[in-house]
Amino acid sequence: MGSEFVMLSLTPILIGILASIACALPGNFLVLRRQALIGDAISHVVLPGIVVAFLLTGTVASLPMMIGAAGAATIAVILIETIKRLGRIEPGAAMGVVFTSMFAGGVLLLEQSDTSSVHLDVEHALMGNLESLVWFAADGWSSLLDPVALAALPPELPRIAAVCALVAGLTYLFWRPLKISTFDEGFAQSMGIPTTAISIGLVIAAAVAAVAAFDAVGSIIVIAMFICPPAAARLMTNRLEVQVGWSTVFAVVSAVLGYVFAGYGPLWLGGQHAVSAAGMIATVSGVILGLACLFGPQRKRVGEAATD
Amino acid sequence: MWTTFLDALLLQAGYNAALVAVGAALLGVAAGTTGTFLVLRKRALVSDAIAHATLPGIGLAFICMIALGGDGRNLAGLMLGSALTAAAGLLLVAWISRATRLSEDAAIGAVLSVFFGFGIVLLTLIQTMSSGRQAGLDGLLLGSTAGMLFQDGIIIAVGGALAVAAVFALRRPMTLVAFDAEFAKASGWNVGYIDLAIMGLVLGVTVIGLKIVGLILIVAMLIIPAVSARFWTERTEHVVLGAGLIGGLSGYVGAALSASAPAVPTGPIIVLVCAFLFVLSLLFAPIRGVLASLLRHRRFQVRVHRRQGLLALAHSEAIHDRMTLAVLRRDGLIRADGVATDIGRAQAAKALLDERRWEIVRQLQFAEGAKANFDGLTPIEGVLTKDELAEVDRRLGPLSIVGG
Repeated sequence: MGSEFVMLSLTPILIGILASIACALPGNFLVLRRQALIGDAISHVVLPGIVVAFLLTGTVASLPMMIGAAGAATIAVILIETIKRLGRIEPGAAMGVVFTSMFAGGVLLLEQSDTSSVHLDVEHALMGNLESLVWFAADGWSSLLDPVALAALPPELPRIAAVCALVAGLTYLFWRPLKISTFDEGFAQSMGIPTTAISIGLVIAAAVAAVAAFDAVGSIIVIAMFICPPAAARLMTNRLEVQVGWSTVFAVVSAVLGYVFAGYGPLWLGGQHAVSAAGMIATVSGVILGLACLFGPQRKRVGEAATD
Repeated sequence: MWTTFLDALLLQAGYNAALVAVGAALLGVAAGTTGTFLVLRKRALVSDAIAHATLPGIGLAFICMIALGGDGRNLAGLMLGSALTAAAGLLLVAWISRATRLSEDAAIGAVLSVFFGFGIVLLTLIQTMSSGRQAGLDGLLLGSTAGMLFQDGIIIAVGGALAVAAVFALRRPMTLVAFDAEFAKASGWNVGYIDLAIMGLVLGVTVIGLKIVGLILIVAMLIIPAVSARFWTERTEHVVLGAGLIGGLSGYVGAALSASAPAVPTGPIIVLVCAFLFVLSLLFAPIRGVLASLLRHRRFQVRVHRRQGLLALAHSEAIHDRMTLAVLRRDGLIRADGVATDIGRAQAAKALLDERRWEIVRQLQFAEGAKANFDGLTPIEGVLTKDELAEVDRRLGPLSIVGG
């Protein structure tokens, strides 16, 4: 656990942890509001947004990509609402129509345009490239205090750290209105809380987290982290504060264990190559959720006996 | 490119392309009809969980077939493996939403992401296990028909035809359950089994569609045709037919298009053709389409302005609203200078009479249904019976005031 760890594994693990937390925090509210699949939809429509941003600017700079992805997410939300209203169609089907069409468009654009020079392809979008986010300039723990080495950190790390801090800060700041409007929208309205603005804000915060995480870790982790840690936490407690705490713990555990299993697991089993860290992190979060479903103290609905 | 496309459309671009086009069309019909019941049952996104849950099965089947010394890319084997894990995913979604307090959408998202993540782990494992030989597996994510084997085409075509036949055989109970599960239960149907049949069909379509559409986008082929067809008609059997037609057309045209662009995955092309048909339906469908709604709204607006204008004429009030003036002028009810014509005066008198009659009707104890539906626009003769109207006119007294 010396210099090699700092160089090869420290930054991917940190990025994995931060991305997981950034997605799990808004995920708590999405799961409670029965909007869990918004994370799924967002992570699909991010692709065309990023591709269009790339085609317009010709670079893979992060700001245009973020704007493109946010634009695509906004368009998707508007389209879903329009189709729902005009066709009087259930939200799930409207969502399915929009995000699959936009994703198909994104894939086609991507395949048609010349992106061979840059790191942009469907596979990358799905699986991310967590393993490749290494810190070449580091030569040991002492590098953490070395400004030259710190300057050569992969840019994804400060970016996802900033987004994670932003999401955490927003959650803290809007805690009361978020909590009240999530559990009792009518009561929140009667108290003068702008529930529509809160719910749009939540979706935007989720989109920002998704885009930042998508860039570093791919869409599988994004969807898994929006849902699995909060869902598992939901089965642990009846208090929202405690649930958010549990979900953060589960997100961190999934990221660390997933990365370690992906990197070292095959070696322990006699293999020679690492497997996908993104996939393994999602798998670990699923195992945690499975355990919570079987043994979580609050796994039953209110009114059902939790004795068996 | 256009000639290749036309050739493919007319099944002239070679044996393989023709096979793919027919297979894709059959798959589209099967997906569209099956998906209708899924959408009507309001469980559209369960199919997304099923589709993503096929990936680990594909990986496991590949590994098993290699371990047994066979060819890992055998489509039948991959389909069998994917069906097994997809069924496991489906059961897990059902179990999580039944046994825990989590809602179905959380269960769908969890199963979808975790199964897919585990599938990706298996794919990377396969990549390192036997480099190069897994090339075929990536194609199952987004569909790839370039260089499809003849036997694969046969499997897809037969599978699609079987799925269509199954939908046809089960259409009655499935319609019943999709509309009113309680009633279906009371009529003696086992709703659980029929739900299972719908999900089984979805699973079958997903597995059959792996090669052509790919597992990420097959959900589009299940949902979009049904939603599009819903715009055209209010009758279930017509929605099913329409969805089958739209699905089949998208599959056929999409496969032909992709024959002229072999490097591009097939799935997105087919889905975009389908999305195009959806946009056409959204805009131009005669009953629920956007254009029809706009026209309907416009007609209603004209009727309101016409009525208000006529009442203003009857009361000899000046009309200032531009649209009212335009409507009255267009119908020849007023002259260019705003003075009512003979027809205008007659119709204004009739409008005023109707208005007075309605006042009487509102005080009376009959025609409650007509009162509830009163919109102030429909001619009163169309709402009340002759006897009722005579009674109203009797109470109204002599019509001395009208005629101005």
